[in-house]
Amino acid sequence: MAAPTIHVDVVSAEESIFSGEAEFVVLPGEAGELGIYPRHTPLITRIKPGAVRITPAGGGEEHLIFVAGGILEVQPKVITVLADTAIRGADLDEAKANEALKRAEEARRAARDKQEVAAVESEVAMLAAQLAAIRRLRKK
Amino acid sequence: MPGTKEIRMKIRSVQNTRKITKAMEMVAASKMRKAQERMRHARPYGEKIRNVAAHISHANPEYRHPFLVARDTVKRVGIIVVTTDKGLCGALNTNLLRLVLGQYKEWQAQGEEIDVCAIGNKGLGFMQRLGANIVSQATQLGDRPQMDKLIGTVKVMLDGYISDRFDRLLLAYNRFINTMKQQPVIEQLLPLAGERLGAPETVWDYIYEPEARAVLDQVMTRYIEAIIYQAVAENMSSEQSARMVAMKAASDNAATLIDELTLIYNKNRQAGITKELSEIVGGAAAV
Repeated sequence: MAAPTIHVDVVSAEESIFSGEAEFVVLPGEAGELGIYPRHTPLITRIKPGAVRITPAGGGEEHLIFVAGGILEVQPKVITVLADTAIRGADLDEAKANEALKRAEEARRAARDKQEVAAVESEVAMLAAQLAAIRRLRKK
Repeated sequence: MPGTKEIRMKIRSVQNTRKITKAMEMVAASKMRKAQERMRHARPYGEKIRNVAAHISHANPEYRHPFLVARDTVKRVGIIVVTTDKGLCGALNTNLLRLVLGQYKEWQAQGEEIDVCAIGNKGLGFMQRLGANIVSQATQLGDRPQMDKLIGTVKVMLDGYISDRFDRLLLAYNRFINTMKQQPVIEQLLPLAGERLGAPETVWDYIYEPEARAVLDQVMTRYIEAIIYQAVAENMSSEQSARMVAMKAASDNAATLIDELTLIYNKNRQAGITKELSEIVGGAAAV
């Protein structure tokens, strides 16, 4: 009898990374390495950045997938790895958020500068037009 | 009557324009295919994470995540506007921004304050001209939407919601219906409506590691990010197909113009020949 298998899906927001039947899967769980065989009890956990090792059905070469963290959902017949696309961490996210704020601030300043430049330019143009009109009047 | 030389130059210039629009059309067509593929790739993640989120909140009714709690009073609104970075894609951005502007004016009339998050250059420029309060932005996303570039921008908005800076978060983007049709939409992201989250497919008695709350917090954030990512991916598909259609129309117009100009040119030339002939004949008759 063939060994029981479990369906494994590794997906990220950007693409589907792996989908197939497996005999055994090893994942970097938050509380430690997890080895999962078919008919595992239902489990949801966060996973750390690391390697997911999948032994495909019927033997063959082990698949090695690196994930940057994410969430693991285990059902008796299905394993779903919701992988993050980038290394995430509270500090890193915070830094990115700050960066985004700074960019917005810079853009606002640039916009204000542009507006000021436009205001000055229009004033200059108006003065030049007045000057030209005065000159024309004087000639007459 | 315009001179023959001028018409010839005009024809050549229109021909060159057509070459450019034709090339842009083909580039957009190939990018569109890739963009659509990416849009489809992003779907399983969104669907799975929705299922997990629905499941956890279903299994833990005592813990209400802040994203799920509707607030009584709305004093401040946050809106994420997804537009393209580049133009030449028909009325895509115009339609979306018109919809957003209508909504914006409505909120202003109701005395609500508005925080804007601009994804894409076109929306950013528009919001700056409008004098909106832009709290975060992401531009130059390229042809491939990358989560990495969106995380910070989105986090600013999610933090704003959690810290009660605003009480509602909306998302405006172009929904991709098919190559010919893109629909500008404004969707409510937060508070998350129960219907949107839906019911889980199957109910399992999960073991949570660490506790359910911590997992739910992360799942919720990822879910919202996935929705926004999907919106960006759809907007990019919409952009490429709108550009393809716009460039096809431009090429067709150029072709019509060339035909008309060629006709005028030929008529002009024929008129010249006829005139010369009649002069010769007239001259010969006089002799």
